[in-house]
Amino acid sequence: MGFTLFYLSLIVLIPLSAVFFKSFSNGTEAFWVAATSPRVMASYKLSFGTSLLAALINLVFGLILAWSLVRYEFPGRKIVDALIDLPFALPTAVAGIALTALYAGNGWLGQYLEPLGIKVAFTPLGILVALIFIGLPFVVRTVQPVLEDMQTELEEAAASLGAHRWQTFRLVLLPMLMPALLTGFALAFARAVGEYGSVIFIAGNLPMVSEITPLMIISKLEQYDYVGATAIAAVMLMFSFVLLLAINGLQAWSARRNGEK
Amino acid sequence: MATIRYQKNPATAEAPWVRRTLLGVGLSFFVLFLLLPLVAVFSEALRKGWDVYIAALIEPDALSAVKLTLIAALIAVPLNLVFGVSAAWAVAKHDFRGKQLLITFIDLPFSVSPVVAGLSYILLFGAQGWFGTWLQAHDLKIIFAVPGIVLATVFITFPFVARELIPLMQAQGRDEEEAATVLGASGWQTFWAVTLPNVKWGLLYGVILCNARAMGEFGAVSVVSGRIRGQTNTLPLHVEILYNEYQFAAAFAVASLLALLALVTLVLKQFVEWRAGQARKEIQ
Repeated sequence: MGFTLFYLSLIVLIPLSAVFFKSFSNGTEAFWVAATSPRVMASYKLSFGTSLLAALINLVFGLILAWSLVRYEFPGRKIVDALIDLPFALPTAVAGIALTALYAGNGWLGQYLEPLGIKVAFTPLGILVALIFIGLPFVVRTVQPVLEDMQTELEEAAASLGAHRWQTFRLVLLPMLMPALLTGFALAFARAVGEYGSVIFIAGNLPMVSEITPLMIISKLEQYDYVGATAIAAVMLMFSFVLLLAINGLQAWSARRNGEK
Repeated sequence: MATIRYQKNPATAEAPWVRRTLLGVGLSFFVLFLLLPLVAVFSEALRKGWDVYIAALIEPDALSAVKLTLIAALIAVPLNLVFGVSAAWAVAKHDFRGKQLLITFIDLPFSVSPVVAGLSYILLFGAQGWFGTWLQAHDLKIIFAVPGIVLATVFITFPFVARELIPLMQAQGRDEEEAATVLGASGWQTFWAVTLPNVKWGLLYGVILCNARAMGEFGAVSVVSGRIRGQTNTLPLHVEILYNEYQFAAAFAVASLLALLALVTLVLKQFVEWRAGQARKEIQ
């Protein structure tokens, strides 16, 4: 117990509190200027916007994948199931260069998309692709166990009462899946906002256009602008706190839901 | 098969066209976003033939990156293993105030951006950090040196084992431990003979994930490393340097090494899940 608290403070709490202390060491004025400069604001918009969109896309396709894995038999199901975790296991830098190679103008996919006027690599669209890759397992892995544990009696009852399959899904299954879906969504979103490794290779990193917030911290650090870097870091940290509390709340809700049955 | 059960029951089955559409959409998404990038790594790595591939891997800078990556993982994983077990033990088998808060703090490294984590260590140990002057006076280097890389890796992989064990230990309850205590076992005996064997598969699972992340971490490590070739370069950082120097074949060759590691991780994970399932069946 004592060891747990000591180690936790040493590795996590003290370093993170250093970020807060340092960011306000030059007064709130300096903090505010550094955290809201136009280039930084553009990066917030980009980071939060693309992360939100990526998490939404993962919500839809993650649900479809989890559903297919639990409900349908198809060749290679075990392999697909195992590979869903690939983004957890594959180092982000590797994912970044692989996606860039695929979507660059001469890449396997880029060569077909470019003539259509769709540029993916080195644009915000590329960031979106990388964030979808990173976030997908979060949704699948939170929804899948809930789907597996679901009893078929409720669906049978709905069908015997004359509900269509779609009505059953929308009115019976979806409400039961909701806490898990939202948790997966929030986890994917939190991960996407902080993601760095896979994004920088494909983003192109143009100021005001495709510069994500973590990259802003790095570039401030490289100019030895510690106050600027920590101000942005403090904003991201506060966001992480809020989201973490939300996720914990969602998980508690999810546990209560499943306990009721 | 469990999956067939759903399709044989008219109440839980969809029309064939719905099923085919969902499967088609889901699998296309899977191939496009997960499978293709993996295939691309290996195909790009071997594009210029085996000679270039092997040369990129046995070059001294690459070998020293392998070494540093292994060192960082060898320190971070055992540290977090010990922490994870003791944290899970404290949370699941004891009652105290602020338990929920403790769990939230343990999760923190999952939701904090790796870049912010790296920065926080610079603020503590960097030249202008809280302990910077003291460290310089004693000729100790943490940032832009190996200790910084190890610290960043420890931070990032901090929750993995604890996260895996806490729900498992909570689900198992305290009955067996209480029985052991009543029969006269000491705290340590109870832990080694009762608690640990019960969670061994979950523990292994956490260690596997922890190790994969430790070897693959990029953002946090890149902030504190300083990227000195042959000295403070881990494998993922080596990939980045090669890539930015337009040595694509070499970058992908090193990347393929990490991708192989990821595949091994997934296979091991699958195996542990299967064994854990077997163990559960034996109990029932």
